[in-house]
Formats: sequence, structure tokens, C-alpha cells
Amino acid sequence: MVIRGLGELCITAGLILLLFVTYELWGTGRYTEQQQSRLGDELAKSWRSPRVTTEKVKLGKGLAMIRIPRLGPKYRFVVIEGVDVADLRKGPGHYPGTALPGQVGNFVVSGHRTTYSAPFNRVGELRAGDEILIDTRAEQFRYRVTGRKIVKPTAVDVTAPVPEHPGRKPTERLLTLTTCHPKYSAAERMIIFAELAAETRRAAATGK
Amino acid sequence: MYAWIWRRLPGGWRTRAGIALALVLVFAAVLWYAVFPWLEPKAQFDHGVVNGTPASPTAPASPG
Repeated sequence: MVIRGLGELCITAGLILLLFVTYELWGTGRYTEQQQSRLGDELAKSWRSPRVTTEKVKLGKGLAMIRIPRLGPKYRFVVIEGVDVADLRKGPGHYPGTALPGQVGNFVVSGHRTTYSAPFNRVGELRAGDEILIDTRAEQFRYRVTGRKIVKPTAVDVTAPVPEHPGRKPTERLLTLTTCHPKYSAAERMIIFAELAAETRRAAATGK
Repeated sequence: MYAWIWRRLPGGWRTRAGIALALVLVFAAVLWYAVFPWLEPKAQFDHGVVNGTPASPTAPASPG
């Protein structure tokens, strides 16, 4: 009787664990979708308003839009300012303190490879020359992928203004994406390097 | 355990099956909407951030 009850408990625990994995992989995406749609609306509204503010984007708020044509025409996410756990649950996050889009230096964005809508699930498919588009209020920046690298999670120097050469003075306008590697693991990080190829003023830039 | 619950349920086997199904669904819903969201940040297995020594004074050292 006791053995039987124990067996039932184990099976129940197994089923709960399976349900939890399902939740991790797909259930968490619902939260991200809600936040993305909210932050997307906020961003669009602030871009429409004629008043240009020089105030820095607050942590946890939308900073820019990222689009990657290689990953499909519908691929677009609001980039959040901040890379805390709570920030990355909302979408890809910009490392505070690294360059802003289009600036000289390194615009570093981190995102989930799995769970929470998995914005960077397929960045491993990017090849050299692929475009990464960053839309800000006034401009659209076209970055081109230059390379990919797998590093240890402690390799913070990829976020340096000149990646892997911390302390060196930047002269180029770079974009770096970081996500976890391999999928479903946190053992390593996949890093995508890109550099600015073109910069276009957006129509909305007049602000009227 | 389940046999014991089954014996406690009222009605014929149809009613019992219905109640049992409802119980399972309620249990799953509580897990999905209350327990898992609470548990998830503690058991996070997907980290995309490089961390260690912060790259700049403002960069957070916490993983994501």
C-alpha cells in the first residue's frame, strides 16, 4: 500500500515536471508577448510625440526596435533597456552603459534563446553579411553581421567598446548580440558581431 | 492515493470521471498560473548575458 502510494506520487511528480517544462518553453512566451505589445505601443507613442527628449531611456523601458530580415518579415522585437532577469523576460535587452544604436562603440543586446518568446532562438542561422535593422525614433541603422563566436559565460570583453579588446578606444560603430548556447543550456554564450553599414533618417524624424 | 480519492467521489462512474477531470484541470491551472510563474525565476536555465566583472560601472553583474 505504501509502495503503491509512493509510486503514484512519483508519477505525479513526473507529470508536474513535464508540465513545468511545457510552461518554461511556451507558457513564458505569453508574458513576453504582452509586455512586447505594451512596450511597442509605448515606443510608437513616444516616437509620434513631437517633443524630443534628451532624457535617457529608463531601465525596463523600450529603447529601439530590432528587426532581422533573415529570420522572417514578422521578426521584430522591442529592445528593452537593461539586462536584468526581469528585463530579459520582456524581450531582448540592451546592456546599460554600452553604446546606443549608431554610436561609435558597441551596442550590445542580449536575449533569450529559449523561453520567453525566445527572441534570439534562431540567431545562430545568421551568416556574415546578413542585415540587422535597428529602428530608433529618428533613424534606422542597418548593421551587417561580421562574425559569430561561442564564448564562456564570463567573457565580458565581448561587450567592450572594441569587442575583446577592453580599454581600446573605439572607432567603429558595432552591434553585438549575446544569447545562451547551446539551446536549453547556460553552459556557453553565442555572440553575433555586426557593424554599421548604413544609416537612414526615418520619415517620422521631422516630428510634426 | 488516487484509488482512495476515486472512492470518495460521489455518483456513478461518469460523474466521478467528470469531477476527477475537473480536479485535475484546477490543479494544473493553479500550477500554471500561480506556482510556475513564482518558481520560474528561481529555476531559470536560459541565461543569455555574459557576466562576471561588469564591463562598465553601470553594467549589471547579474545573469539573465
